[in-house]
Amino acid sequence: MSVIEVRDVDRSFVVRHRSGRLRRTSTIVRAVRDLSFSVEAGEMVGYIGPNGAGKSTTIKMLTGILVPTAGSLRVAGHTPYAERAALAQRIGVVFGQRTTLWWDLPLRDSYDLLRRIYRIPADRYRENLATFTDLLDLGPLLETPVRQLSLGQRMRGDIAAALLHDPDVVYLDEPTIGLDVVSKSNLRDFLRETNRERGVTVLLTTHDLVDIERLCSRVMVIDAGRLVFDGSLEGLHGLGEARRTLVVDLMEPAPPLDVPTAQTLRVDGPRQWLAFPAEASAAPLLAAIAATHEVADLAILEPNIEDVIKRIYSTGPAPSD
Amino acid sequence: MRSTVSLWFAVAHRSFRRYSTYRAATFAGIFTNSVFGLIISFTYIAVWKQNPTAGGYDVADAVTYAWLGQAMIMTVAVWSGGATDDLAARIKTGDVAIDLYRPVSLLGWYLASDLGRAGYHLLTRGLAPMIFGALVFDLHYPANALVWVHFAVSVVLAVTVSFGVRMLVSASAFWLLDDTGVKHLAAVFAMFFSGLAVPLVLFPGWTSDVAQALPWASYLQVPADIWLGKDQGADVLAAVGFQVLWTVVLLLACHLVLARANRKVVVQGG
Repeated sequence: MSVIEVRDVDRSFVVRHRSGRLRRTSTIVRAVRDLSFSVEAGEMVGYIGPNGAGKSTTIKMLTGILVPTAGSLRVAGHTPYAERAALAQRIGVVFGQRTTLWWDLPLRDSYDLLRRIYRIPADRYRENLATFTDLLDLGPLLETPVRQLSLGQRMRGDIAAALLHDPDVVYLDEPTIGLDVVSKSNLRDFLRETNRERGVTVLLTTHDLVDIERLCSRVMVIDAGRLVFDGSLEGLHGLGEARRTLVVDLMEPAPPLDVPTAQTLRVDGPRQWLAFPAEASAAPLLAAIAATHEVADLAILEPNIEDVIKRIYSTGPAPSD
Repeated sequence: MRSTVSLWFAVAHRSFRRYSTYRAATFAGIFTNSVFGLIISFTYIAVWKQNPTAGGYDVADAVTYAWLGQAMIMTVAVWSGGATDDLAARIKTGDVAIDLYRPVSLLGWYLASDLGRAGYHLLTRGLAPMIFGALVFDLHYPANALVWVHFAVSVVLAVTVSFGVRMLVSASAFWLLDDTGVKHLAAVFAMFFSGLAVPLVLFPGWTSDVAQALPWASYLQVPADIWLGKDQGADVLAAVGFQVLWTVVLLLACHLVLARANRKVVVQGG
């Protein structure tokens, strides 16, 4: 069953700017266009795209704080903007760059306010708080004012806050931004477990592709307001011409190698980088090089998701027309 | 319904606690209020020596008014400050988006929060300078328990009226993005028309009537006149009714403005 349904959604903004002493012109910017996707209950979906691609606009529409210009959205059976209060009971939101906690209050007080806001039954609240305190290691932090928490601690606090009322869907907007490697890894473990144990549907936006690789079986890529990819992570790798890179160290510096099946990307003294199709074997390539040059050392770099995405972004449609 | 009321109480309580964490600021503020109370008292004493019945006050009334003024500055947040400043800041940073998607009324939330703050400021920045003033000068006190009750009600209404004005100022940030200019302008009006600079009863002729019909009169002049017993019987009811009227008008205006702001943010995406 689809818990999120987005059909032909468009969202444009009118941007006014001065074009003379008194004259103002306005241009229409389409932040999101012809967006359609659906997310099944219990899925964990990565939603990625460069800055300004329309990720936040999408999340805002899914929480009901922004109305689409055209098209329809359904989340957990509600139309977000029309039934915002009802929807709020079913969703949780984490903004990596903002906090939903109260700055001057101890963490526990923020949770108590949320209990009242969402009218969480007392036993359910106690149970959830105990679980999250345990899993996110919040015990020593509960009595600390939020302003004194480190970024990593605050983020853990925020994630627990978003889950206290047992939402069906959670939107995580860059939850790992600014965190160190260990904090990131712990947070990912927690998210994976929450998704599995509680069946919470997760929509995750991030710039950290490791988040996606570790957590999401499905990834959507948005660029310039359009969905340019929706599929599995492997599918994303295979998208376009995925290439591997052969790095060779020659005995002597040489002009760029000229091998028919590969493209020489870079030359740095005796070291050269050659790109070749991911599905091709490196052996004939190496043989071709060894026939004309003496090879001291070599390495093969597997295609990485970052390169794939970089290629998708740079070939995406123009921002406006 | 009951759970909503309990939420507002919890919000007010947390807001009270929140302000109570800044002790040094509280002590510094009490000191400042006490010093200004002294300066204004001596000024008023000099004025009333020239005219012992100015504005229908005697010199003890005037000095009491001076200390009530100091006590009310932070309690009603005459110039600005309080929960409404939080809203303006959250509009500027965009954090208001978080307030918007919560299933609670924005106006109720901020009003409860501001009342909690006012409670804290009344007990500290209100009470402490008042006690100091009482030790140094002969002040007038409410004549009986009923007047104390009237005064208490009037102070709460002073806060709600002031909240309404400040909320409108803060909400301007939804359109202007920054409410600093509007806030400064509003502060000048509040300073002048609340009677904090000069009691409204001293304003000459019709300007006094006009000033006493404006919402800012609720901040200080109305509660002070109740405290001093200038309003008796039906006049007390009229005075409190005046504050209730402005509370209703302003909160209604806030409600409409916030609905417009909500529409602007949600529909136009501003």
